[in-house]
Amino acid sequence: MSVDTATVRHIAKLARIAMSDADIDALVPELNNILGWVEQLAAVDTEGVEPLTAVIDQKLRLRDDIIDDGNIRDEVLANAPDAQHGFFAVPKVIE
Amino acid sequence: MSDLTSKAIADLRSGFRSGDFSAREVATAYNAAVAAGRALNAFTVETPEIALAAADAADAARTSDDLKPLSGIPLGIKDLFATEGVDTTAGSNILKGFKPPYESTVSGKLKAAGAGMLGKLNMDEFAMGSSNETSAFGPVISPWKRRDGGNAALTPGGSSGGSASAVAAGLAAGATGTDTGGSIRQPAAFAGICGIKPTYGRCSRWGIVSFASSLDQAGPMAKTVRDCAILLEVMAGFDKKDSTSLDLPVPQWESGLSSDLKGQRVGIPREYRIEGVPVEIDALWDKGVEWLRDAGAEPVEISLPHTVHALPTYYIIAPAEASSNLARYDGIRYGLRELGDGGLDGLYASTRAAGFGAEVKRRVMIGTYVLSAGFYDAYFTKAQKVRTLIKRDFTQAFDRCDFILTPTAPSAAFALGDKSSDPIAMYLNDVFAVPASLAGLPAMSVPGGLDAHRLPLGLHLIGRELDEQGVLNAALAIEERAGFTHRAEKWW
Repeated sequence: MSVDTATVRHIAKLARIAMSDADIDALVPELNNILGWVEQLAAVDTEGVEPLTAVIDQKLRLRDDIIDDGNIRDEVLANAPDAQHGFFAVPKVIE
Repeated sequence: MSDLTSKAIADLRSGFRSGDFSAREVATAYNAAVAAGRALNAFTVETPEIALAAADAADAARTSDDLKPLSGIPLGIKDLFATEGVDTTAGSNILKGFKPPYESTVSGKLKAAGAGMLGKLNMDEFAMGSSNETSAFGPVISPWKRRDGGNAALTPGGSSGGSASAVAAGLAAGATGTDTGGSIRQPAAFAGICGIKPTYGRCSRWGIVSFASSLDQAGPMAKTVRDCAILLEVMAGFDKKDSTSLDLPVPQWESGLSSDLKGQRVGIPREYRIEGVPVEIDALWDKGVEWLRDAGAEPVEISLPHTVHALPTYYIIAPAEASSNLARYDGIRYGLRELGDGGLDGLYASTRAAGFGAEVKRRVMIGTYVLSAGFYDAYFTKAQKVRTLIKRDFTQAFDRCDFILTPTAPSAAFALGDKSSDPIAMYLNDVFAVPASLAGLPAMSVPGGLDAHRLPLGLHLIGRELDEQGVLNAALAIEERAGFTHRAEKWW
C-alpha cells in the first residue's frame, strides 16, 4: 500500500497539522519509504495469533469511586495560553 | 573533572556520610561543572539553587542523623519528567514555558530520597529520536571525540542524550532517562556509561510526558552498575496513579549485587548477528561471552526468530500510540497557541504545525494513518500480533537460558548530521534494543570497550520479566572484567 498526495492531505487533516502543498509533497515519498519498510510484516504468519494488549500480564485495578483531589482550578488553568473568568478561553466558534 | 564530579554515586554517598566532604561541596562542584559544560548543550534548564537547597538539607540531616538513601547526591532529570515549578518541555516548542504544578512520581521519589536536582536534561523531541537532533533546543554534543585527527561533533545518542552526555562529562552524578525503544540503552552505550530499563510497570509513568504508553519506562543512567541499582531502587515502586504500575515490592537490588554467575546460562541469540555491523562490535560481543563464562555462566545459543520484524513492528505501534497521546497538544490547555485562520480547527492545526518538529510530525502522520479506517487491521492489529510472537520468542528462549547477551547498538557514536536525512537509517540504531522493549523485559547497557577511534561500545543484557537483579548481576560481571575506566578528554 502506498499513499498519494490526497491521502497525505487527508491524514494531515485527521492529525490536525496544518501543511502547505510543499509540505505534503515532501511527506509523500517519506511516508511511502517508511510504509514500504513496515510492509514486510505482511509476510509474517500470524494465523491464530492474538494481538498483544498487555505486555506484562496484570489485571487492571478498579479504584473506589471517590474524589481524592480537586479544588485546583487555578493550577489547572495556570499554563493555559488564554484563561478568562476561571475558564479556558478559545476563539469564538459560533457567529 | 574535579575529584568530586568524577566519583561514582556509591563513593559520593560513603564520602559524604563519613564526613570527607559536605553535600554543599558536592553540589557546588556539580553546579560549577554544569555551568562550565554548556558547550555540550546537555541541560535545557539549570537549577543550581534547587541542588544547593537539597544539599543543605542533606548536611542538616547528617548532623541530626536523619540521612536518606540519596542525601547529598546531585542528579540531572530528563526533561520528559514533570518537575514542579520548573520548565518541562519534552524538548518541544509546543511545551515551551510549561511549568507543571505537580511533580512526576519518579522524580518525586528521588527528591524525597534526598537527591538534589541540577537541572533538566535535553532530549529528542517527545523522546522521538536516536541522536538528540530532533530537540527544539538543538542537539546535545557528546563529550567524546573520535581519535581520527578530525574534530567532528558526535551525538551522545538519544533520546536520553542529555542524560548520557551529562553523566559521561561529570555534569551530574547520575540521571533519569526514559526508554521506549532503546532511549536509555543506546545513549548509555554511546557515552560509555551504564543505563537500565526495568520491566515495564516497575517505574510509574505518572508525570512523565507520554510518547508510547505501552512501551515507555523510566530508568537510571549512571557511571556504574552499582549506581544504577542504587537509583533504580528509589525510582521503582507501585503507584496507584499509573494504571499499569506493578503492585509488587521493590527488591533490594544493591545489596543483591553479585557477579558470581555459577549455574547460570547466558543466551546468545543467533539472529542478532546481522550484516553491516562493524567487526569490532562482534568481537566485543565474543569478549562479553568470555567474560560471562569466566564469571561462571555457561553460554548457550538461542534463537529469537522474530527479531528481524521487531523494528517495523515498533515503527507501527510506537507512532500509533504517539499520534493518540499527542492529540492533547491542542493549544487550549497548555503550551503554544497559534491562532491560524481564526476558527477552532485552524487553531488546532496551526498550533500543531508550529509546535511540532519534523520527526514528531512524521510519526504522528504515520500513527494516524495506521490507525485510520481501512488500515487499522492491516497495520496496527498485524503489528500487535507480531508483537505477541516477539514476546513468545523470549519466553521460549528463557526456558533455555537465564539472561541474554547482545551488543547494545550496531555502531559507535556517529557524527551529528550523519543520519538525520534518512529516518530508516536512524531507526536501525535501535535494532538490538527494540525487541526487549516490545516484550516489556528488563534490559541494560554496560560499557565493554573502545572501538578503533577510541569511542565507547556497550554490551546489552536482557533478563526475564522482573529479573532486574539477574541483569544487574550479569552487567556487574562484565563491568568487573572489562575494566572500562576511560573518560572523555575534556575539551568543553
